[in-house]
Amino acid sequence: MGVQVRQAMAGLAISLLSAPAMADWTMNMTPGVTAVSNEIFNLHMTILWICVVIGVIVFAVMFWSIFAHRKSRGAKPANFHENTTVEILWTVVPILILVGMAIPATSTLVKMYDTEASDLDIMITGYQWRWRYDYIGEDYGFFSSMSTSWDEIYNRTEKGENYLLEVDNPLVIPAGKKVRFLMTANDVIHSWWVPAFAVKKDTIPGFINEAWTRVDKPGIYRGQCAELCGKDHAFMPIVVKVVPPDEYNDWLEAQKEAAARERELTSKDWSLAELVERGQRVYAAQCVACHGAEGRGNPPIFPALRGNERMLGDLQWHLGVLVNGVRGTAMQAYGDQLSEVDLAAVVTFTRNALGNNQGDMVTPLEVRDFKNAQQ
Amino acid sequence: MGSHAQDHHHGPAKGISRWLFTTNHKDIGSMYLIFSFAMFLIGGAMAMVIRAELFQPGLQIVEPNFFNQMTTMHGLIMVFGAVMPAFVGLANWMLPLMVGAPDMALPRMNNWSFWLLPAAFLMLLSTLFMPGGAPNFGWTFYAPLSTTYGPPSTTFFIFAVHIMGVSSIMGAINVIATILNMRAPGMTLMKMPLFVWTWLITAFLLIAVMPVLAGVVTMMLMDIHFGTSFFDAAGGGDPVLFQHIFWFFGHPEVYIMILPAFGVVSQIIPAFARKPLFGYASMVYAVGAIAILSFLVWAHHMFTVGIPLFGQLFFMYATMLIAVPTGVKVFNWVATMFRGSMTFEAPMLFSVAFVILFTIGGFSGLMLAIAPADFQYHDTYFVVAHFHYVLVPGAIFGIYAAVYYWLPKWTGHMYDEVLAKTHFWMSFVGMNLAFFPMHFLGLAGMPRRIPDYALQFSNFNMISSIGAFMFGLTQLLFLFIVVKCALGGPKAPAKPWEGAEGLEWEVDSPAPYHTFSTPPEIK
Amino acid sequence: MTQPTSNDPRQSNLRVVGWCLAGVVGMFAFGFAMVPLYEKFCEITGINGKTSGRYEMTQAKEADVSRLVEVQFVASNGADMPWQFRPEVETLKVHPGQPVTIRYIAHNVTSRDMVGHAIPSLQPSRGTRFFHKTECFCFQQQPLQAGERVEMPVVFIVDRDLPADIHKLTLSYTMYDQERMPAVSSVEKKTTKTKDNG
Repeated sequence: MGVQVRQAMAGLAISLLSAPAMADWTMNMTPGVTAVSNEIFNLHMTILWICVVIGVIVFAVMFWSIFAHRKSRGAKPANFHENTTVEILWTVVPILILVGMAIPATSTLVKMYDTEASDLDIMITGYQWRWRYDYIGEDYGFFSSMSTSWDEIYNRTEKGENYLLEVDNPLVIPAGKKVRFLMTANDVIHSWWVPAFAVKKDTIPGFINEAWTRVDKPGIYRGQCAELCGKDHAFMPIVVKVVPPDEYNDWLEAQKEAAARERELTSKDWSLAELVERGQRVYAAQCVACHGAEGRGNPPIFPALRGNERMLGDLQWHLGVLVNGVRGTAMQAYGDQLSEVDLAAVVTFTRNALGNNQGDMVTPLEVRDFKNAQQ
Repeated sequence: MGSHAQDHHHGPAKGISRWLFTTNHKDIGSMYLIFSFAMFLIGGAMAMVIRAELFQPGLQIVEPNFFNQMTTMHGLIMVFGAVMPAFVGLANWMLPLMVGAPDMALPRMNNWSFWLLPAAFLMLLSTLFMPGGAPNFGWTFYAPLSTTYGPPSTTFFIFAVHIMGVSSIMGAINVIATILNMRAPGMTLMKMPLFVWTWLITAFLLIAVMPVLAGVVTMMLMDIHFGTSFFDAAGGGDPVLFQHIFWFFGHPEVYIMILPAFGVVSQIIPAFARKPLFGYASMVYAVGAIAILSFLVWAHHMFTVGIPLFGQLFFMYATMLIAVPTGVKVFNWVATMFRGSMTFEAPMLFSVAFVILFTIGGFSGLMLAIAPADFQYHDTYFVVAHFHYVLVPGAIFGIYAAVYYWLPKWTGHMYDEVLAKTHFWMSFVGMNLAFFPMHFLGLAGMPRRIPDYALQFSNFNMISSIGAFMFGLTQLLFLFIVVKCALGGPKAPAKPWEGAEGLEWEVDSPAPYHTFSTPPEIK
Repeated sequence: MTQPTSNDPRQSNLRVVGWCLAGVVGMFAFGFAMVPLYEKFCEITGINGKTSGRYEMTQAKEADVSRLVEVQFVASNGADMPWQFRPEVETLKVHPGQPVTIRYIAHNVTSRDMVGHAIPSLQPSRGTRFFHKTECFCFQQQPLQAGERVEMPVVFIVDRDLPADIHKLTLSYTMYDQERMPAVSSVEKKTTKTKDNG
């Protein structure tokens, strides 16, 4: 097939397939936003059309036979059962077509394995069920977890636009730079996939894998874990924010500073009163919507914190609920969403305010130990 | 079914002991077929749970962990409980009749290899009721999700796989011995019907790869209970090694599930086109080539695990090559139909649908073979669409075609053609409605094995679920048709199909309990 | 009787069963043989990034000062491993042929004595054959008392024959808690295994 014909057909296909793509009827692969993803898309369309043409020819012969050579139309059966020429022909021609497919496929594959120096290297670690991103050489990294609420998933509230495809902390990378991803996993095999970049690589515990991308167009790109990794495999999305290089540098500096401040705060010697004061702000921002300004909640859906004997009696349990959440309820896992200081503050606050007066406290360092011990 | 047998020697024993102790290939074949249909219904019910949960976004019917148990058990039951035993059942019933033998070569082993199956699947199904639930790591059970992170029931899953593996291997040995030793005088290898040929090659594949599966689950067992670390990086092992060994078994396994269907279709299309099969010899060579190539392509299931460039290229080229012998087979079937004199009874309808839909599955297989594109297809619904297109209209339609084709021989009655055609058309529509939209879902980016999905996938998932319910319900009609045919109906002649050829049509319908006690003469 | 190939059906059936069983046993053994075969294959080709074992310099080679290769060091913890584990530097530029020493720091922050073991991996995998470790803490297990902190050295040489299009090598270690391993026997096995593959 000539190149022009192919391109024309591919163009036709795109217009045919993308017309209804407005609504929720996307039927085709995304061409994506990188050179590699575009090549893969073109390869996909080429092979698809070759298959369609072969299919049309083979099925045309078949349907013609079904139509014309049926007993009810008085067809008399022929008796031929072999023809060496034809048989050689339909062995050789497919081989030639396959060679024609293999050439562009090989060239694309070689490009995907390119090892030219990268501008930026990011370590991606898969966890059950979230991602961690570490900027190598920058001493900076963070967790990225799905931010869709369980209320949406369990159909208790309306689902947002980016249902299941939104995270608390997106990965931020600079536009126009070659970014190399190093991938590993903490527990089981996951697979990091962003369709718009055509990057999909398994993250394997104990081993590192690599992949790379260069995105020229700033924007927000979404993907998902692609390898079954247990119960919440569906709930570990990937969001990548591509920003202009200057903006990226500013962002990274700001993040590093904020992280340094948090670290200082963690090791600071906190008093109960300081923690309660800080905890009040955290409570107002994070907890008040469900548990109420006075900690009365709305039992049985949202338990009361005021006079909650289970909570007051068992500090470790209290901390565990906050860090890990309670599955199947609206109580999220705050372990990675809040800093250790904020976790310690809000635990201390709820034990010593809202009508409770337990008199005990948790320090940020103890929270860190708790998290480490259960990791 | 064989109980209608009127024969001159001694008939079957009476009561339950007939079935428990039988060494008669027809009895055992019937038991295999009934067992596999029961498993098909159980596995199908699980598919209905999956499609019901995916009917719309959000979690409404099952929890994610149970959903994963459903996808895992659905896969295991359909592969090892439904498709494989159904083909062994067909082999038991038909191979001796087709080669002119009085029975299978090793009748007592035949009995044992069947009765292992209910034991294996009882054990597998019982895991659903164990603490921690059934296996939830997918039918491919990748380590370490299935080892370090597996539920306690994993051990029972491993034993179940061992038992069904032993059963398959014994069945395969029996098939090989029967075909090599029991053929009627004058039936040379190249005179054998294609169903016999494809089963011979399938049996060799089974002997080659079922022990490898047994090996890999044994390694899992040792990792879980005996402190080895074959697949645990913490002890110097490699989780990717699991995938290599699994797919070394897994890819030939795929052909184990389709080659006998090739054979069935190669029997039926000439019969209803009233014209000899086109290219008999090339059909045999093509099956052989597919079987050999199936050992060289396993890593195309693993293009995203981080295989080096030369590995990717090797496995890509080898996989693409499989399109050549597969293409030859499709062309031969079309050439057989060309200038025939065709009628379209149920076996033919299923066979024609097989050729069309299997070819579509083959096309998506070719697309998946293209390694760079596979980075976008891998582990999405495109893969789910692909393998359901080769397994449902491939293996399952092949089995239905075979059952309708030989049902008159088994029961002595003609089945109800109107109901059978209804069964076909409902299955055809339901199956395409269920699986074709999955291509779109996969290309649009929906990963497989997820209980909940982003909103842009809603429409096609709903269509797919509707199609799946339709397909699932239709299979109850099949049960009705077969029971009705077994109980009564128009008397079937020895050869109910005008164009059919082969020794199986030379014995009465229903086939007597003992056939070919003296071998027939092959002209 | 009915056999075209043999006079005695029992005899020929037995022969077929014998051959088939031999095939079954052989393939079962082959499944296990894939473990060392794969390991050897990886060692030769470096495909899974497992760096090869201790390297003995047979002849001292001059460093290639005309070329600089960036080597990155990363550290991860295995599941349930509470240690703090990190490289002393995250990235270094080295000349091929030049022996370089860097340190990883491990700190047992818990209040119990533990044994850790670091598993190495390298990317790009094509570079694995050109990365030689003459000394590495990953060759043995690492016991740390409660609260103990150690600096663990790695001495490595990037081969002068490293392909020109490789500009960066990333060396990763994953630290695993050895008590998580199910049985004592596995520890012995591990020790020998890790000596094999680095």
